[in-house]
Amino acid sequence: MTAGGHHPAPVSPVEQRVAALEALLTERGLVPAGFIEEITRRYESEIGPMNGAKVVARAWADPQYKQRLLTDGTAAIGELGFGGPEGDHMVVVENTSRIHNVIVCTLCSCYPWPVLGLPPAWYKDPPYRARMVREPRKLLAEMGCQLPDDAEIRVWDSSAEVRYLVLPERPPETEAMTEAELAGLVTRDAMIGVSRL
Amino acid sequence: MDGIHDLGGMQGFAEAGYSPAEPVFRHRWEAVARALLVVVSGAVEASGGEFRHSIERMEPGHYLTSSYYEHWLTAAATLAVEHGLVPHSELEARAGGRFPLSGPVLAPPVADAGPDVDTLRFAVGDQVRVREWHPPGHTRCPGYVRGKTGTVVRLDGIYSVPDIEAHGTARRHEPTYSVRFDAADLWRDGQRGVWVHVDLWDSYLERS
Repeated sequence: MTAGGHHPAPVSPVEQRVAALEALLTERGLVPAGFIEEITRRYESEIGPMNGAKVVARAWADPQYKQRLLTDGTAAIGELGFGGPEGDHMVVVENTSRIHNVIVCTLCSCYPWPVLGLPPAWYKDPPYRARMVREPRKLLAEMGCQLPDDAEIRVWDSSAEVRYLVLPERPPETEAMTEAELAGLVTRDAMIGVSRL
Repeated sequence: MDGIHDLGGMQGFAEAGYSPAEPVFRHRWEAVARALLVVVSGAVEASGGEFRHSIERMEPGHYLTSSYYEHWLTAAATLAVEHGLVPHSELEARAGGRFPLSGPVLAPPVADAGPDVDTLRFAVGDQVRVREWHPPGHTRCPGYVRGKTGTVVRLDGIYSVPDIEAHGTARRHEPTYSVRFDAADLWRDGQRGVWVHVDLWDSYLERS
């Protein structure tokens, strides 16, 4: 640390590379004004797991919706106004007391953006991608997701055009809750399948 | 290509670095890198296959020691240089140092994609075997299922084959199938009750 504490953090090499590319593309007129801010705002505030939570809560509250969701995920999710890139071909997989579903992308970072937003860092990093298809029971336990020994695990590697969403089991003693209250119970990780509610 | 990105089943990695919540972007540069890849992909009209392949060609040591947004930055810069938007030398001059790009494309350009496939060769319940091959270019067939036998569990739509679209303007469309593999068959380790599903294009598969 330098004395005084008023010096800004040094610019890292990767920040310098980003700045260089941004400057050169901007000088060539390729970056529309406000584009970076707009795309950042959209993914920070409009698109995220709060969307998926509404889908799950609706499925818990409305058996007919749940049936549509499991039959044609894209259309049923579209009923709530969610869709778009990385969400054009949705398949929803249902957890039960003895079946546990979990999603991964071993080749890159495919993830259902319209309902879950952008993936967390650990989902994109090598350990999760390498291990989830090889030793899911052990990895899930390490992540705090304890399953009964006889639970069946279904791993879904998002290798083509389909993107997956896990429909978690509805927690007990939630019969009196409204749909909005139910949505408040649903976590990102339960919809990836690395935790249970 | 048999690149570092094809991570399924690799051993030796430690814990997953899991956290239940984190900001969408930890640093502003991550958001900028993400946006710049959208800018470049649009400007050069990169297909999804070409975009993914530009990450897969990263030098393995660089890939494993950089975050995903640095992968996106490297892909954006690589595509920008390869398509003549900016010269590599100018990027390095502006960055004040080395600006590593992804390695060269190893596969030849695809001129003739062959005819589209619009008939379903397989039905739900059919046993299929994944072709055992090592294409030098882009593919969405993970290495860990090649040569393995599984069961078709779902028929999906007909989509552009990534192996073709990553290497030129030619396109071929084929059905995709979701195929279920018993983890015990994949890894020969005796684990029970674990099914791994992989979504595969028609030309990756043969009848078992």
